[in-house]
Amino acid sequence: MFSTIGSSGEAAIQGSVAQSLQGKRRSDSRGWAFEIALLVSLLVCLLILGALILSVLTDGTPVYTDRGWEFLDSGLSSIADRAGISQGIVGSFWIAVSVVVLAVPIGIGAAIYLEEYAPRNKLTSFIELNIRNLAGVPSVVYGLLGLAIFVETFHGFTGADGVDRRTLAAAGVTLAVLVLPIVIITTAEAIRAVPQALREGAYGVGATRWEVIRSQVMPYAAPGIFTGALLSIARAVGEAAPLIVIGAVTGFFSTGEGLNAQNVTDPSHLGERFVALPSIVTTFAKLPEDEFKVSNAAATIIAMLVFVLLINSIAIVLRNRYEKKRSG
Amino acid sequence: MGVLFFAAAITSLVVSAAILYSLFSNGLEFFTDVNWGHVFGTDTWSPRFDEFSIATIFMGSLIVTGIAMIVATPLGLGAAIYLSEYARPRIRTVLKPILEVLAGIPSVVLGVFALIWIAPEVVGRVFGEENGRGGTMMAAGIGVGILTIPLIASVSEDAMRAVPQSLRQASAGLGARRMTTTLRVVLPAAISGIVAAFILATSRALGETMVVFIAGGAADQAQYTHNPLDGGLTMTAAMASLAVGTEQVRGAGLAVPSLYFVGIVLFAFTFGLNLIADRFVKRVRQIY
Repeated sequence: MFSTIGSSGEAAIQGSVAQSLQGKRRSDSRGWAFEIALLVSLLVCLLILGALILSVLTDGTPVYTDRGWEFLDSGLSSIADRAGISQGIVGSFWIAVSVVVLAVPIGIGAAIYLEEYAPRNKLTSFIELNIRNLAGVPSVVYGLLGLAIFVETFHGFTGADGVDRRTLAAAGVTLAVLVLPIVIITTAEAIRAVPQALREGAYGVGATRWEVIRSQVMPYAAPGIFTGALLSIARAVGEAAPLIVIGAVTGFFSTGEGLNAQNVTDPSHLGERFVALPSIVTTFAKLPEDEFKVSNAAATIIAMLVFVLLINSIAIVLRNRYEKKRSG
Repeated sequence: MGVLFFAAAITSLVVSAAILYSLFSNGLEFFTDVNWGHVFGTDTWSPRFDEFSIATIFMGSLIVTGIAMIVATPLGLGAAIYLSEYARPRIRTVLKPILEVLAGIPSVVLGVFALIWIAPEVVGRVFGEENGRGGTMMAAGIGVGILTIPLIASVSEDAMRAVPQSLRQASAGLGARRMTTTLRVVLPAAISGIVAAFILATSRALGETMVVFIAGGAADQAQYTHNPLDGGLTMTAAMASLAVGTEQVRGAGLAVPSLYFVGIVLFAFTFGLNLIADRFVKRVRQIY
């Protein structure tokens, strides 16, 4: 870089460049203040996160210390200290299942097509542009899609009428469609990061395209794909707006069955009206009484956050571990 | 196998077509049947009483999005500059997850947080206690802003990290301090990505529903106002509150078609913003 300068001059310049890049050059109070201001903006984010978690915990924990497991086990009720979120757990469980069953395989398939099969033509770049745009469509608009199309479609299967048409199945499919672009984009990124040499090596020993994908590309991209799938489940479980538009019950359910593994995984729930954890949070938060608006809402949020943050942190840890392994 | 994968990719086109179809097939009735005097000649949004002042909910969206951007831009950009230009690798691995966890918080959670904490503790303290007793567009806007910080931070950090190291070295070699290098070299070089981050965040804020629905301080109708300390409805919150009531108002006039009409307006705005942002992101990729 400094080849025209003598070797001692080169060293001096490089030293000064390094010093200046590290900000150690001379006393520089404006630069120092600037750095502090930048650090403060990150710390404000940390503070917000802290305040959020603290306020949710202080408002929500009393419900669990007073009622324990019973809050998770009871159904919705208009009486604050009897209301529980069991139906919401059932709804959120089936929404997560829909994402795993529908969005993940279709999304991975689409990403494999775009990265490994698609010719570089207008159709391909149109599909790619379309996926990026879908990722930016507001979630409430997906709710309208669900209401107009999926509610009507499943109505054909169940034959239920009136508001009973607004089933958990319609909600699950809608949220699977909502996270589909996320699955496609993260999977495509993971596949793009697979070194070309791996593919060429496999082709070199006579593998077909499908064999290359199955034995070389997919194993290498698997951690990235898994991370994307986890993030999309977390996203779907936290979404409330589409559920409300589709017609999650915003009043009170009377079917107060207890919560057990058999009951949660019973697929007949898919044909019934539904609530999910985020829609219950909304219902509680819109009520005037503090027992609902503050305590019960916060307790529901705790249940939801435990699940969402757990999935998110697994995804973050997984990604960091593999990034480190491969760059190092 | 290739055919199967192709079918999966085509699904995304089908979804887009289905979104357009559901919006327009159901919203069309509104365009043909509405008395446009009830859309532009009134300052009340109250679909159940045939008042469809689009200006009211548009102003609501403008206020909430504006506040959100005022909150999110300095914090998100500041965090991004710190992570990209100042933080040592070890500090980076400690601080970056803050933004990632923040990005994973569902919007209903921020809605409740805005209602039970931001309203009394932030809005109430800054603008007087009487404004902090319940939801306001100010509280909702701050909540939406918090939601969009991670988006601004991650997109603009990516843009700054894509600036070649040689530019920083050249600037430092000329004797520039780190702040000067950051402000005069790195930021201008990354400006396309930063603009894209801002536009994407605006689009995200415009489409955010639950925070405003929970903490915006209005139930199912709103009067035109440009005071952020009033309660109000955004386009998205108006849709949510319409949907909550659709069981009762089924068949009552144009309430349900108006849901799709607002959907069309919202879709058009966010679609436009996303396309523009896409252009800016492409520009970053082309230069480096």
